[in-house]
Amino acid sequence: MRADKPPHLEEAPAPDEEEILTPEQLAEVWAAEAPEPAGPVANLLSSLVALGLGLAGMLLSLKLGLGTPAEPRPGMWPFIVSLVVAVLSVVQVVIGRTGGKDGEKFSSYSWYAAIGFATLIGMVLLMPVVGFEIPSLLLCFIWMRWLGGERWRSATMYSILIVAAFYAIFIAALGTTIPRLF
Amino acid sequence: MDFFGPVLDGFGVVLDPTNLLYCLLGVAIGMLIGVLPGLGPAATIAILLPLTYGVEPVTAIIMLAGIFYGAQYGGTITSVLLRIPGEASSVVTVFDGYVLAKQGRAGTALGIAAIGSFVGGTIGIIGLTFLAPLVAGFALDFGPPEYTALALLGILLVATISGGSKIKALIAAALGLFLATVGRDIFTGAERFTFGNLSLADGIDFVPIAMGLFGVGEILYNLEERHRAAAAPVAVANVWPSRKDLKQSSGAIGRGSVLGFFLGILPGGGATIASLAAYAVEKKRAKDPSRFGKGAIEGVAGPESANNAAATSSFIPLLTLGIPANATMAIIFGALLIQGLTPGPQLITEQPELFWGVVNSMYIGNILLLIMSIPLVGLFVRILRIRAAILAPITALITMLGAYTIRNSMFDVMLVVLFGAVGYLMKKFGFEPGPLVLAFVLGSLLESSLRRSLLVLEGDPTGFFSRPISGTLLVIFVFVAVWPMVKTVIEKRKKANALLSETKVKEKV
Repeated sequence: MRADKPPHLEEAPAPDEEEILTPEQLAEVWAAEAPEPAGPVANLLSSLVALGLGLAGMLLSLKLGLGTPAEPRPGMWPFIVSLVVAVLSVVQVVIGRTGGKDGEKFSSYSWYAAIGFATLIGMVLLMPVVGFEIPSLLLCFIWMRWLGGERWRSATMYSILIVAAFYAIFIAALGTTIPRLF
Repeated sequence: MDFFGPVLDGFGVVLDPTNLLYCLLGVAIGMLIGVLPGLGPAATIAILLPLTYGVEPVTAIIMLAGIFYGAQYGGTITSVLLRIPGEASSVVTVFDGYVLAKQGRAGTALGIAAIGSFVGGTIGIIGLTFLAPLVAGFALDFGPPEYTALALLGILLVATISGGSKIKALIAAALGLFLATVGRDIFTGAERFTFGNLSLADGIDFVPIAMGLFGVGEILYNLEERHRAAAAPVAVANVWPSRKDLKQSSGAIGRGSVLGFFLGILPGGGATIASLAAYAVEKKRAKDPSRFGKGAIEGVAGPESANNAAATSSFIPLLTLGIPANATMAIIFGALLIQGLTPGPQLITEQPELFWGVVNSMYIGNILLLIMSIPLVGLFVRILRIRAAILAPITALITMLGAYTIRNSMFDVMLVVLFGAVGYLMKKFGFEPGPLVLAFVLGSLLESSLRRSLLVLEGDPTGFFSRPISGTLLVIFVFVAVWPMVKTVIEKRKKANALLSETKVKEKV
């Protein structure tokens, strides 16, 4: 998809091209449109992360002491839960070695999510320094212009309108103490 | 009139202007997010949690409940007009609804869906009114072993019924249980996994987790999932269904409502499964099943009634047992805890105004939704034209500023964003965040019931099986846990046998 076109115009099939599909055909279309499953490498990596968390949990719980079932110490329950995580992760490593159908492969669009995350972090860091207005304005603009494919003019206009509306609601009407510039 | 006294008092609570306003707000938001693909009810309720801090508990829950059942109405509109299910529970509506729309009967489909939803919702509320006190009365005798078994079974069912890898869902649930142990141990006072951090001593707060995993996680995910482009919605003419259509679908509406009601009560059940089951039932019952998928009105009426009845009845386990049946209910559970209320069997007797206020608000909510989906449907069809690119930053800003207002802390906002990244990654790697949040919410209940039971049973775990209710629940637990494995083994053996006989036949030849 090119970013300079509004997304709602993209890929829109002409209404007359759309034939009537049976539920089975429709399910096939959806399956074909659905993103690819994450695959064996992703399964291995994510299961190992889970395994690591489980093992770390077990170690930390051991340090707290297990006790006996009749007189459990603080570590007993977290130990059981971590043990479950660790065992299931090992099972998942084995079962999912050929990939499985779950998860989604990262695509070039995954950068959109990464950029989105970065702008959110940026906003958290900037808000205490310069108030919420400018970071919000930037966030709206970036999300609309580059992540959403709006045109310059509409992105600018909507960003200003949205931030003004949030100012009116959160500051003027509700009187919250959100850090602000004005 | 012992029974009806509190029920009628509940109407007094609902008719309070503030509560009416929040009910309207809730169902309108629900309808909106139902219409707009992307954010589901769980994410929306999570994002709006900060809104509930300043209001009375009953008002807060009336609004959150409205979002949940309102979304079931709105999800229909995109299914019928665009062939895109607005909510998971409206997927089957696409099959016949969109075909009806293509045949120029979009209005009929929407009208019947609205009426079916209303009937389903109302039957759900009536069932809830009579069944909830019974369940709560029964559960009053539950001791710690029963709660342990119930919570375990609830978590297991939610994890195994969710789509995708069941083992990954169980791992997520176990991680949720682990996160719930962070903080001071209630039995010994020892600090667990706090690493000397004071702000962790009281445990990890539920709100940043829910807002992050569900809210921001889904917002980030939607940024990437560049929407299967929406075609222009089909024009909607007359929404009032004819008498013939009504007659034809009345059976489906009735069956769907009853089926949905019962499926909604089961943990892990809920609106999505109810709608699938209702579609299957209608297709099976029909004299001419080949009509389905080609514009059978029953294929819209049944599932739409069922998902509303199920959305309503899934409040029963939450409000009577304190066990949320699905992810959305887990967030409402969290909202009740924030308000200082612990849902459970004592809720009806100790907080009758809250209980009946919320239940009765659903009548009003359903009437409001019927009005929004029949005379005002044109308005919501027009909302379909709002572009996702413009909505995304709005939801992000609501989340960020909302998270700040909870405790005026930037640290909370940071947590929400970080949990958002975790939620996004979990989704990409096939771990559903739903079971994690559900298990997190139930974690402390489960641990304390387990430890109390072990004290009662003097450390003998077999004692769980000698009590009838906890024993039955645990047997079901074991069955649900083991059945998938047994099934795979049987299937493999069948395949092997088939292969074996095939080779034998070949050898003979």
